[in-house]
Amino acid sequence: MQPILKGRNLVKRYGKVTALDHCDFDLMPGEILAVIGDNGAGKSTLIKAVSGAVIPDGGTIELEGKPIRFQSPIEARDAGIETVYQTLAMSPALSIAENMFMGREIRKSGPMGQWLRMLDRKEMERIARQKLNDLGLMTIQNINQPVETLSGGQRQGVAVARAAAFGSKVIILDEPTAALGVKESRKVLELILDVKARGIPIILISHNMPHVFEVADRIHVHRLGKRLCVIDPKDHTMSDAVAYMTGAKEPDPALSAA
Amino acid sequence: MSETTPRGQEYEQVLSGASQTVAQFDDHKKGFVSRLQHFLHSNPSMVPLIVLVISTLGLGLYIDWEPIKVMTGMARLEDVNNGSFRFFAPFTLSLILQQVQIVGVLALAQTLIILTAGIDLSVGAIAVLCSVIMGKLTFDYGLPPFFSILLGLAFGTGIGAVSGYLVSRVKLPPFIVTLGMWQIVLAANYLYSANETIRSQDIEASAPLLQFLGTSFAFGSAKITLGVVAMLVLALILAYALRSTAWGRHVYAVGDDPEAAELAGVDVHKTLMSVYMLAGFICAFTAWVMIGRFGSVSPSASTGVLGNIQSITAVVIGGISLFGGRGSILGALFGALIVGVFELGLRMAGADSQWTYLLIGFLIIAAVSVDQWIRKVSG
Amino acid sequence: MKNLTKTLAMGASALAFSASMALAGGHSTTVCLITKTDTNPFFVKMKEGATAKAEELGMTLKAYAGKIDGDHESQVQAIETCIADGAKGILITASDTAAIVEPLKQARDAGLLVIALDTPLDPIDAADATFATDNFLAGLLIGQWAKATLGDAAADARIATLDLAISQPTVDVLRNQGFLQGFGIDLADPGKIGDETDPRIVGSDVTAGNEEGGRRAMENLLAKDSTINVVHTINEPAAAGAYEALKAIGRENDVLIVSVDGGCPGVQNVKDGVIGATSQQYPLLMASLGVEAVKAWADNGVKPEPTEGKNFFDTGVALVTDKPAEGVESISVEEGMNLCWG
Repeated sequence: MQPILKGRNLVKRYGKVTALDHCDFDLMPGEILAVIGDNGAGKSTLIKAVSGAVIPDGGTIELEGKPIRFQSPIEARDAGIETVYQTLAMSPALSIAENMFMGREIRKSGPMGQWLRMLDRKEMERIARQKLNDLGLMTIQNINQPVETLSGGQRQGVAVARAAAFGSKVIILDEPTAALGVKESRKVLELILDVKARGIPIILISHNMPHVFEVADRIHVHRLGKRLCVIDPKDHTMSDAVAYMTGAKEPDPALSAA
Repeated sequence: MSETTPRGQEYEQVLSGASQTVAQFDDHKKGFVSRLQHFLHSNPSMVPLIVLVISTLGLGLYIDWEPIKVMTGMARLEDVNNGSFRFFAPFTLSLILQQVQIVGVLALAQTLIILTAGIDLSVGAIAVLCSVIMGKLTFDYGLPPFFSILLGLAFGTGIGAVSGYLVSRVKLPPFIVTLGMWQIVLAANYLYSANETIRSQDIEASAPLLQFLGTSFAFGSAKITLGVVAMLVLALILAYALRSTAWGRHVYAVGDDPEAAELAGVDVHKTLMSVYMLAGFICAFTAWVMIGRFGSVSPSASTGVLGNIQSITAVVIGGISLFGGRGSILGALFGALIVGVFELGLRMAGADSQWTYLLIGFLIIAAVSVDQWIRKVSG
Repeated sequence: MKNLTKTLAMGASALAFSASMALAGGHSTTVCLITKTDTNPFFVKMKEGATAKAEELGMTLKAYAGKIDGDHESQVQAIETCIADGAKGILITASDTAAIVEPLKQARDAGLLVIALDTPLDPIDAADATFATDNFLAGLLIGQWAKATLGDAAADARIATLDLAISQPTVDVLRNQGFLQGFGIDLADPGKIGDETDPRIVGSDVTAGNEEGGRRAMENLLAKDSTINVVHTINEPAAAGAYEALKAIGRENDVLIVSVDGGCPGVQNVKDGVIGATSQQYPLLMASLGVEAVKAWADNGVKPEPTEGKNFFDTGVALVTDKPAEGVESISVEEGMNLCWG
């Protein structure tokens, strides 16, 4: 099976600091790939390189076998890669529907849309409601509620739903449970599995080992700017993973080739 | 992980006993205060509208108490000093519209900037300089007034573009950029015009198009000028554009949180540039409104110095948040009208004009407090 | 190294050059002109008059101005600069006539002649001399003219006064009270606007002395009483604004507007019938007389004397109108155009 997203020899330097040191990366179709690593290991740079937020100094990235080189997150998005940032990138004063369609609004057909550039509010609300329902996410009464009136978990839910609605190829989730309580984290994890069930591969960045081991199919361990190894959560314990990423234990050389 | 394995960690098993409604969009019955808060949150221009109606009624009742008594049969015409309406007269109410038209149009420009979490101190100065440019091009360089107006509008848009570029690309704070621009534009105005007025009679004789927006229509004793009509039409157009086009939603998103907007796919630079240029254009349009109202081109018009504060006052009283991303542009119009009603109403009631400023001061602080309260709204 | 030497040599010669310039400048007498602003045509004209006279007498004129009307601090800085500069005299139109007295005292102690132009200081003897328009007389003339023009109707006149500012600066009070006195109204306190009880006065409002303020003030007063038929205005731009407000309700032809200043657009407005009559003042004369006085002081130590019967040197005022009224002396618009400023 070919990886849907493949990175080879990725290099990124910030002055004297090398954030990515000839790093490889593979995401398989339909899987949840967790990316773990200690702070400063360079995992967020890796994710930014994939999502278009930084431009690597060297190396290649391929999406479905075709080489790509994003100049901005918008280009990555247009290519079908959606990212849910840790900050969620939502405008608190605007409604759920408006946030879901921010930057890709639907205009009315006919002269109102063409000449007066009028938005098709009804259609956007309908799609937003449908997308949220598709994910079995929530029983929504008011899709026009401002996002700031939602709880943290609800906001995360909307952000994931937005990514799932538009991310045709890959969805990247950056620390989706970091700011949430126990119950809300549970809801979001279930949501992630729902998205996966619809066949969209997911990259999950997280510090939370129990969450990673619960949902991930494979775990990419990042250390010192490159991929140290990829492990299967069913064959390894959380202590193994932590030991690898902190350098307390060397992985089996066979794993590194995976 | 097989399907039958229960999901979750062991320590979470107890959760099944807990309430499951965490991520639902619940809308339980709330108290009156909370419902009011939500209502105002989604209808930000209601507060100034209510204030406008109450202050108009209040001042009107006070000033026209005698004719009202006569009308309702509480007194006979012979028993009162004055049986005719003064404040609730079409003439007076239309006069208020005429008096606020300059500040009203400037407030529309100011609203656009403030919605992006900026502030524009140069609005009034741009308006005055553009009026001087329109006049000078016509009278000193012999251009047909039509082209003078066009060039004046282009010049205002250009100043907006410079400010917008400095804010968006060079990342200077809007306060600083427009503070500098205010001084530059105002000084340029005095230097260029030598503070010499172009007289109304001369304009009327050779370039009446410059006074076009001063053309008035009488409806009974009410008098509406084209400048007032232009202010209202412009407000409605902008309200539509801000509410119902992608551009408008982007303006709000940029004002709310520019980083989030950028990540969500909004071109923040383009949005900011369009807002500053449009604001500059509206300021230049105000120049034309000013010539219509004064008849003359007046480089010493108080708007050059006070237009910024007056427009910010209208915007703030209009319930538009100085922190950006919240409020309705119609609120700014209501804010300008509130100030106009107070000014003329208190005048007619015989109060010292300082009372106007005192009350406006209270209104500003009250408006910002209400804004803060509305922002704290939560599920 | 060679370059450095060259630069140093150039710098040194530049220094020597500028030093010789300064020395050369030291031979001529320096006089300072400090105005309220340098944007108002009145002060622009004043500066022109002073510059021309200084050139004629071989003196150096240094002009300073506040940033806006009422900018006291810039004027204080200017005085300090003049003292340090070794000027022989200061001509000043003070923004704050009371507060400026102390810094001016330092200047006089340093041997400078201080002449107040246009606006008397508070107290008036804080300056060595005052060259000014008699603003009370300016008001008096237009008041008398309005009364004489109305004739018998003056007894039922409806009067509005469009003044300068809430703070009632001296010039504002003098013109307003002069006008009312000329019209035959009991002034109560002649140092205060608005304490008169004569029922013919509808009210007063402030204009900031420009068209915008003039129009709004007129509208406000018309809303109070639409039968107004006599309007006193602080200056001609305010009068032009008032005219627009009257025109908007079709009353421009049955209201008498009077004003003070005598700027060229203002006199033109008298000609066009916008303003009935205006009292013209002569800023150019004030400034050139001031420069001459400093010259006399520097050369012979002689101070200027005030006009007989007044505590200041009256630079004159003339009523400009094409409808002369019996018993009020006036000049024609044509003469006024020849003498106008700005």
